[in-house]
Amino acid sequence: MSALRDGPVGEAPSGESPNEPLVATVGLTKHYVRGGQMIPVLVDINLRVPEGDYVALMGPSGSGKSTLLNLIAGIDKPSAGQIRVAGVDIARLSEGDLAAWRAANVGFIFQFYNLIPVLTAFQNIELPLQLTSLSRSERRERVATALELVGLADRATHRPNELSGGQQQRVAIARALITDPTLVVADEPTGDLDRTTGGEILGLLERLNRELGKTIVMVTHDPKAAERARRMVHLEKGVLVD
Amino acid sequence: MFIPLLVLRNAFRHKLRTALTIVGIVVAIVAFGLLRTIVDAWYAGANSSSSVRLVTRSAVSLVFSMPLTYGQKIRQVEGVTGVAWANWFGGIYISERNFFPQFAVSAPGYLDIYPEFVLTPEERKAFLADRSGAIAGRKLADKFGWKIGDQIPLRGTIYPGTWTFNLRGIFDGAEPSTDTSGMYFHFEYLNEAIRRQYPRRADQAGVFIEQLRDPDAAAAVSQAIDTTFRNSLSETLTETEKAFQLGFVAMSEAILAAIQAVSFVVIVIIMAVMANTMAMTARERYAEYATFKALGFGGGFVAALIFAESLGIALLGGLIGVALTFPLANAFASSVGAILTGFRVTEETLALQIGAALMVGVVAAALPAWRASRIRIVEGLRAIG
Amino acid sequence: MAIPLGYIARNLMARRLTTALTAGGMALVVYVFATVLMLAAGLEKTLVSTGQDDNVVVIRRGSVTEVQSGIDRSQAGIVDSLPDIAVAADGQRLVSREPVVLINLPKRATGKAANVVIRGVTAAGLTLRPQVHLIEGRAFRPGTSEVIAGRSIASGFQGAGVGETLRFASRDWVVVGVFDAGHSGFDSELWGDAEQMLQAFRRTGFSSMLFKLADPARFDAVKAELENDPRLTLEAKRETRFYADQSEALSRFISYLGTGISIIFSIGAIIGAMITMYASVAARVGEIGTLRALGFTRIAILTAFLAEALLLGLVGGVLGLAGASAMQAMSISTTNFQTFAEIAFSFSLTPGIVVASLAFALGMGFVGGVLPAARAARLRIVDALRAA
Repeated sequence: MSALRDGPVGEAPSGESPNEPLVATVGLTKHYVRGGQMIPVLVDINLRVPEGDYVALMGPSGSGKSTLLNLIAGIDKPSAGQIRVAGVDIARLSEGDLAAWRAANVGFIFQFYNLIPVLTAFQNIELPLQLTSLSRSERRERVATALELVGLADRATHRPNELSGGQQQRVAIARALITDPTLVVADEPTGDLDRTTGGEILGLLERLNRELGKTIVMVTHDPKAAERARRMVHLEKGVLVD
Repeated sequence: MFIPLLVLRNAFRHKLRTALTIVGIVVAIVAFGLLRTIVDAWYAGANSSSSVRLVTRSAVSLVFSMPLTYGQKIRQVEGVTGVAWANWFGGIYISERNFFPQFAVSAPGYLDIYPEFVLTPEERKAFLADRSGAIAGRKLADKFGWKIGDQIPLRGTIYPGTWTFNLRGIFDGAEPSTDTSGMYFHFEYLNEAIRRQYPRRADQAGVFIEQLRDPDAAAAVSQAIDTTFRNSLSETLTETEKAFQLGFVAMSEAILAAIQAVSFVVIVIIMAVMANTMAMTARERYAEYATFKALGFGGGFVAALIFAESLGIALLGGLIGVALTFPLANAFASSVGAILTGFRVTEETLALQIGAALMVGVVAAALPAWRASRIRIVEGLRAIG
Repeated sequence: MAIPLGYIARNLMARRLTTALTAGGMALVVYVFATVLMLAAGLEKTLVSTGQDDNVVVIRRGSVTEVQSGIDRSQAGIVDSLPDIAVAADGQRLVSREPVVLINLPKRATGKAANVVIRGVTAAGLTLRPQVHLIEGRAFRPGTSEVIAGRSIASGFQGAGVGETLRFASRDWVVVGVFDAGHSGFDSELWGDAEQMLQAFRRTGFSSMLFKLADPARFDAVKAELENDPRLTLEAKRETRFYADQSEALSRFISYLGTGISIIFSIGAIIGAMITMYASVAARVGEIGTLRALGFTRIAILTAFLAEALLLGLVGGVLGLAGASAMQAMSISTTNFQTFAEIAFSFSLTPGIVVASLAFALGMGFVGGVLPAARAARLRIVDALRAA
């Protein structure tokens, strides 16, 4: 798979100095307003994720770890601060530009897989490629490769309801990789799986990081899962600790 | 393109729900079409009128007759090339349920003015030769299984007594819109009998029908005829045949307006049902829409999915509904046929049916599509069905 | 143990848009249904109230309407002399000979013409109709070209108001009063002096005769006497029955058309209810499992969902009825097919219609909800909990 390291539409890739990490948040803050009251979720987060890193975001329920992940992935907007990914402050992008940026730069893995029920495994993986200008045969080729990678070549024509939890998550992983994104984000990827299957998924993620050099940011509350990452970052009440 | 695939698969995800929705749309579209066709049929009589014919009646009301002698004077009015007269008989054939129009008409004058009543030369001759003869339209004859030579008894209401006629001819219509549901017999036969029993009611015509040389002279000739009889015993009102027919329709205007209003109500009902279906369907798929957006598809894409599904289902229902309208209209016509002739599904009705189906599809999808396009990804992903 | 009503109601409130749309659809159907029934009832009320039970209408045998009928003077004389005719306190014999004619008048609203009944009445004719009151102006003077107009005619037709002039039968007639006939058919008539009408329309015979029975119980005997008399070709009916018969066709047409339409519409609403209820069941599979696990029976589940559907129907029914009852402020004026004359009537909401409409609404809810409720009841606890 060739690298698709495009910046957002209209902006040239910035000159990334070797010292600037792939992901860097500066003074990242997020709060909600409920019933007139301001509820802080994240307070002045300064996180650095170098390229090729595999970091586990940990913390108790309500610590803001999922929110932090969502912000880095560009599916939520901060109240203040910068989110620099590959030199681009995505917090300043418009809705349309952000969507295009996500399509090219982020691969998503959700706790509940979020596959489209009416599409086959093959078509689910192909989905992000529909936003590119690749030809049909080019798309097919890539999807076939991705299926091989996650070991589901023989399940290509199955629909999600015909696959086990672990298999669905592997399809989701293949979908997350198909555009060769800059960053892979995973929100409780093993949350809905049993220990054994979860272990297989974590193993797959490890391989992606070590063999393909993918940068992975994972949210988990399971210490055993966190151990499989390169490093751990802890959040408590919206603040990075230790 | 994969959007049609996605839309198609999504539409039939909930087979029962989609099937029910389609049935609902079919029923609504058929009902809409039938109601409009009923209203059209009511007006049909006016639409099949001729532009070279005028109708003269008593200015006071159609219920009054005019002296027969008027016929001569009308014939002499400039622009009139033929005159005939007719009396509404209003008899009962066996039972009141078997209503059909019956007229005592001047022959052969009436046949000459109504060339669209097509008889074979033999039938025409036989009718003209038999004083107590009658002719009936094809539709009427078929309904009761009449054959030439049959004796048709009518119980008079306006002209009391039992009257029997010999069916001498069955006429077809020259055009499909020609009314072949009526029965016509000799005015003289009626008049003679009346003269014997109620002499004062004899020699009275219900309406006169005039043939024009030039259709554009209709207004002028009408006025000329009425002027002839101004300040006489029986003042007249002459109008084009179309205006005359429309006068009848106008009498039932209130009911027609109500039926038309009701035909739109059914569309509103099905709109509510479909809007509900689409709203529920969209809500159940919020997590999917959020996923699409997360992957980089825009809000417009999500909205388009919903619109396409809604329109697809609505259009399918609309087409089936249109197809079913025809056989149902025929069934309806055969049970109501004599009272409402011209029961035909018009192109305008068909167009409106499809239009209504499309509108239902669009309106039903509007709010859900707008909402779905605006989902915040994070909330959508959190949503569970 | 039954599932509380509060739970059911709250479920409907939780999905407000869905509830609103589904109930709204049903409300529209009930509205159409109730309105049509009200129309037929209004027509019936108008015609039934047209007439007194102890009055007898005499017309020519075989005619259905007064306009078609004709009674010459000699026959009228024979009827006049019947001993059973009531006599008023002042000695006036309560029998009236009336010519009834249709004339064509343009409506105020549309300018289009419609047939209106003109009735020539005598003093006795007014006494025989106690439900008629003058509400404006005065009565016409006998022997003049003055007329009085029924309420609907005065308001609906050009030239029929007090002080206005109508032209028919080559004469000008001044409207000197407006009368109210208690929502009966007479509201749609114009009345003038009988003899004047005979002259103007060049009639020698009357259309009908009306008399009051001295002894109402003698109706059948009197009827037999009249109809068997060889000198007469007449028939007699109670006044109430006579007018009721005249609206039969129109009334039946309205009822059939309207009921047919309502049933077809109800299919749409029932489908809407079904879709809603199926979705409701599907969304609460986990809940159902939990309730069953807690000990509620299948019947309780079935009843709960059925009750939800019925409640939806009830809401729709009440809304539809509310809308329909607002129609009572309107009146309809159309041509009665049988008499060929204009008749005005309004919408009449009877207790019977309220009951029928609510029953119809509940019926729709039931039919829409029964299958989904059965599906909910048939779920196995294990499957339900797992699917949650």
